[in-house]
Amino acid sequence: MTALTPAVRLRQSALLRAARSPKGALTGLWLLGLILVAVFAPLLTSYRYDVQNLPGAFAPPSAEHWLGTDEFGRDLLTRMMYGARTSLSVSAIAIAISVAAGMVLGATAGYFGGRLDRAVTLVVDLTWSFPEILVALMLVAIIGPGVTGTMVAIAVAYLAQFTRLTRAQIMAIKSETYIEAARSLGASDAHIVFRHLIPNALAPVLVSAMLATGDAIILEATLGFFGLGAQPPTPSWGGMMSSGTAQLFNAPWIILFPGLAVATTVIAINLFGDALIRALDIRSRLRVA
Amino acid sequence: MLGYTLRRLVLLIPVFLAVSIVIFAIIHLIPGDPVDSLLRVGSGPEQRAIITARYGLDRPLYVQYAIWLGNLLSGDLGTAIVARRPVAELVLQALPPSLILSGLALLFSTVLGIALGVVAALNRDRLADQIIMGGVLLGSTLPSFWLGLLLILAFAVQLQWFPVSGARGWSSVVLPVLTIGLGGMALVARVTRVAMIEAAQRDFVLLLHAKGMPPLRIQLRHVLRHALIPVVTILALRIGWVLGGAVTVEVVFARPGLGSLLIKALNQHDYPVVQAALLMLAMAVMLGTLLGDILQAAMDPRVRAALQ
Repeated sequence: MTALTPAVRLRQSALLRAARSPKGALTGLWLLGLILVAVFAPLLTSYRYDVQNLPGAFAPPSAEHWLGTDEFGRDLLTRMMYGARTSLSVSAIAIAISVAAGMVLGATAGYFGGRLDRAVTLVVDLTWSFPEILVALMLVAIIGPGVTGTMVAIAVAYLAQFTRLTRAQIMAIKSETYIEAARSLGASDAHIVFRHLIPNALAPVLVSAMLATGDAIILEATLGFFGLGAQPPTPSWGGMMSSGTAQLFNAPWIILFPGLAVATTVIAINLFGDALIRALDIRSRLRVA
Repeated sequence: MLGYTLRRLVLLIPVFLAVSIVIFAIIHLIPGDPVDSLLRVGSGPEQRAIITARYGLDRPLYVQYAIWLGNLLSGDLGTAIVARRPVAELVLQALPPSLILSGLALLFSTVLGIALGVVAALNRDRLADQIIMGGVLLGSTLPSFWLGLLLILAFAVQLQWFPVSGARGWSSVVLPVLTIGLGGMALVARVTRVAMIEAAQRDFVLLLHAKGMPPLRIQLRHVLRHALIPVVTILALRIGWVLGGAVTVEVVFARPGLGSLLIKALNQHDYPVVQAALLMLAMAVMLGTLLGDILQAAMDPRVRAALQ
């Protein structure tokens, strides 16, 4: 772990530095608040997300139901708070899996080169030309709809991106003198890859992971909108909009507010990521891939 | 050029085979007996026997793949479980509307994206630039299905300019094209703007200024032509996203097409249709990418020279 510490410390101070600009502070605060709302959802609302109240269906926003109620009379704000749990955790976990797998693949391919590199590059380039939604739908067809299917589908859809980026970083670093020094001191391949190459390639990969989480939230919402995401009664932002389309005319708030939640979250992630790129000064390294 | 095109077409064959293996595998990777996935619920033993013999489901996997691929290449995609019609018929019916929608969206996002990128670059760091780039950020971060629903709400329900859904007449195509195109337009505008700004710093631009050519003419006649190269590159690389966008938009606007066919089949567990629709979309993406590459080679002499 000792070799990881400088990179981790750099990242922490970078988060604080990114939050120092007004754009970074505002969007960072919004994201932090959103995560807190998702975590403490049961404490923040007196309604349940799954109890139906049919006489109270399609109520417009009021003092009682701030964002109105849905087609089963459930409080929309409550469902959005619980939906944040699904949407945020599915996207974040999927991207985490994708980053971990992509870093191992990209690092080994970039470090060892040769036939392994060519094989990895071939597969990555192949999936790269397909839109993420198509790759994700292929995976959902295999695994089946639901939270697990969505998570794996998103993880695979973004695998190519992180493999490419990590590989490009490793290729750039591996000929540095300190790697040569480590090797001449007798360091093993595993030691060089995990203690030297990956920690130094970490910053751009983590920033692009953050930006990809925004895209993943949209992808998760899209799959949910298709009825392929978390299954009812578990709320997710996409799923809420899916059942809301039939009520587009008489109760537009059912699709307006969850969509607004997706949009503001993704914009906040993008702007905060931008501030982070500026704080870390890695724009040129991100462009390598 | 012709040699290059033919070579690229031949190179598509292994890619096609790889994609077809993944799609073939769907029926075997889903939980349960593949025979059940290919049959209507409540089918008798004789139907089971027919399906088993037809797909060779009692034979080794590679034989099954060969049978499946052979059927596929002869245009036999099986029978849809729910619709009880030949899958090939369903897919061929769905293909043209999807391609037309994607083509129009690509055209819209390219033309408008380049125009906005040029205006932004010419007004760099001024109000027009900031408004365009802000709009671009918004366009690329809004979920496209939500954008589609908002457009329906505003222009079809409130203003009643366009039909809410369906595919009757040209007016029904406006909102779907807008929905797909806005995201792509954002990408094109961003790339155009950066490429214009970078190209304007070249020495030949300085020379043109020194010779006294009007600045706007320099920008539009010389800088823009230079800046179009990275735009074409990015378009060629990501041409598949239009089809991805079409999938989503077809569902939102209830338009016939490969996307709505696929999503319906996925929800109904109609696997022969799922396989065929995915294969068709994948092939469209592959051919689109190829077309983009050829276009790039045709437009950029340096790429052409590198190929020879």
